[in-house]
Amino acid sequence: MVEQPLVSRSSTPPRRIPAPLLKFVLRRIVLGVVIMFVISILVFVATQALPGDAAVAKLGRAATPVALAAFRAHYHLSEPAIEQYFSWLGDLLQGKLGYSLSAPESVTTLIGQRIGNSVVLLLFASLIGIPIAIALGIVSAKRRDGVFDHATSFAILGLAGLPEFVIGISLTLLLATNVVHILPATSLLNPQQSIWSQLKLVLLPAFTLAIAIAPYIVRMTRASMIEALESDYVAMARLKGVRERRVLLRYAFPNASAPTFQAIALSLAYLMGGAVVVETVFQYPGVGLALVSAIQNRDLPTIQALVLLITLVYLTVSIAADVLTTIMTPRLRTQMK
Amino acid sequence: MTDAGAAAIEQAELGPVGGTAAATPPIPGVAAGGGWGLVLRSSLRFGRTRLGLVIVVVIVLVAVVGPFVAPYSPYQFVAAPYAPASSHIVLGADELGRDVLSRFLHGGYVILILATLATVLGVGIGTIFGITAAYRRGALDELIMRSFDVLLCFPAVVFALLLISVLGSKLWLIVVAVALTHAPQVARTMRGAAVQLTGREFIGYTEALGIRTWRVVFGEILPNVTAPLTVELGLRMTWSIGIVASLDFLGFGRQPPAADWGLMINENRAGLTIQPWGVVAPVIAIALLTIGCSLIADGLGRAAAGIEREVDTSREP
Repeated sequence: MVEQPLVSRSSTPPRRIPAPLLKFVLRRIVLGVVIMFVISILVFVATQALPGDAAVAKLGRAATPVALAAFRAHYHLSEPAIEQYFSWLGDLLQGKLGYSLSAPESVTTLIGQRIGNSVVLLLFASLIGIPIAIALGIVSAKRRDGVFDHATSFAILGLAGLPEFVIGISLTLLLATNVVHILPATSLLNPQQSIWSQLKLVLLPAFTLAIAIAPYIVRMTRASMIEALESDYVAMARLKGVRERRVLLRYAFPNASAPTFQAIALSLAYLMGGAVVVETVFQYPGVGLALVSAIQNRDLPTIQALVLLITLVYLTVSIAADVLTTIMTPRLRTQMK
Repeated sequence: MTDAGAAAIEQAELGPVGGTAAATPPIPGVAAGGGWGLVLRSSLRFGRTRLGLVIVVVIVLVAVVGPFVAPYSPYQFVAAPYAPASSHIVLGADELGRDVLSRFLHGGYVILILATLATVLGVGIGTIFGITAAYRRGALDELIMRSFDVLLCFPAVVFALLLISVLGSKLWLIVVAVALTHAPQVARTMRGAAVQLTGREFIGYTEALGIRTWRVVFGEILPNVTAPLTVELGLRMTWSIGIVASLDFLGFGRQPPAADWGLMINENRAGLTIQPWGVVAPVIAIALLTIGCSLIADGLGRAAAGIEREVDTSREP
């Protein structure tokens, strides 16, 4: 640990990030940037391997040789692969994602609105799923080995392996078509209106994703709460006559929250993949559905941009989760030298 | 990386990064001497595991025996599109007027084969690289594990879709893609289990004899990590089924007119309100299959953890 400067030795010394922690955070970020660089090469090489000529694909078979040559020159298609890679990467870093091969617009405009829609979807999925999952975990831990705990853990176990599209289709059957019809079965958002005025369309995909992420969070919360509830400080609090509700929420949970937090972060990263399938099930116009249509249309620039975007978010969330967990866990924080 | 940093990451990465989530079972130690046989047998003590096994056996039987008992060919037109269930078509007709029951009975075995191959290949790659990394340590360890870290940054479905977008949807590619999404996490688990072994005397002995790496890996270390290996197989099988079925559903797996559970769900969705069986039957089958596999994987994990605990306590003075 770093010595606190003498000047700040007042009753409340200013909080400083200790040097080892800072080093750890920087290492994670640098490693993340390196990994992202490797991924950009992978994505570029992979999509370069695609058979077919991008110029012909975009301009059509009837294009004149002059037009094709101009197109290739404009997109650096006849340069060596390494130069192409660096000019592509340079454009990418400036936010120029190129032009969609299947739509007459730039990839940036194509996916701009989609990103907003996906963010709203993930936000709702988290707002619905995470609090319920944490509550279930806490109650299961409290009533460990009781009927509620066994029922929950059995249900969770069943849900844990279910593919998202099975959850989505089952919810459609239950809530949107055959059993009761209270929600729309597809989520075709009207792009002219704000998404906030069409929230009913977001609910079903959000429920689906919430159910998909809940099992892992419930399990982690339950396990860490059980550990916390067996501790001496909880026994002490109970002996002092602290109310059980307060023991659970004020004593045990804050100490059990690091693994739960980790589980939440991993689930958020996981949602990026789950969203691809769920958005397709409900035809929800987000990043995932855009990726599926881009692949169907073999639209290279869009595929590249979307895959990089998804991995970037995934990586950022994982790194943020690692760093925050380390900060939140005194044992990990103080071990650092 | 500092030890503390590594410990933090280990701690931070306790869970499966890409998966829905059955929490990763505790890595059973070396001492799970009984290996996979013992793990399998002790897992059957749990009622849930037996239930899972029964469910999986039933679905596998439906998928394997189904094609032989199907009343019609899966491609034969037997009624009007979305014709309701009647005496000669028990589950009604699909969007083109083919028999839903016959297509259902034909539609499972390919998913099972692909998922099994992907699981075996993925767990195999992960195990070999994980154990080799643990045994050799040093630069090779770093190279293997850091390369897998890169793969871990792709969500499973996105990685599979990227490969498919490049090479087209081919069945072998689906197996390889799904296997590659499993390998990094498996390698991490198996490396963790094998690292505990590498300091032991019998490994040092093989080194003194100058035995080659691959013989130590396969002959000495592998037989001692079969307990975590069994657990990984159970867990990965659940996710393989999920990803393979999802790719079929998205239209990047088997192509029409193939009879396939994932594809059937996609094809018959438009008629959900008129004739739900084309969707309901395959949804139930895939759901039961993954639930059964999860139950088995959970039992295996508990059994492996329990075996370790028993051995541990027996060692105490």
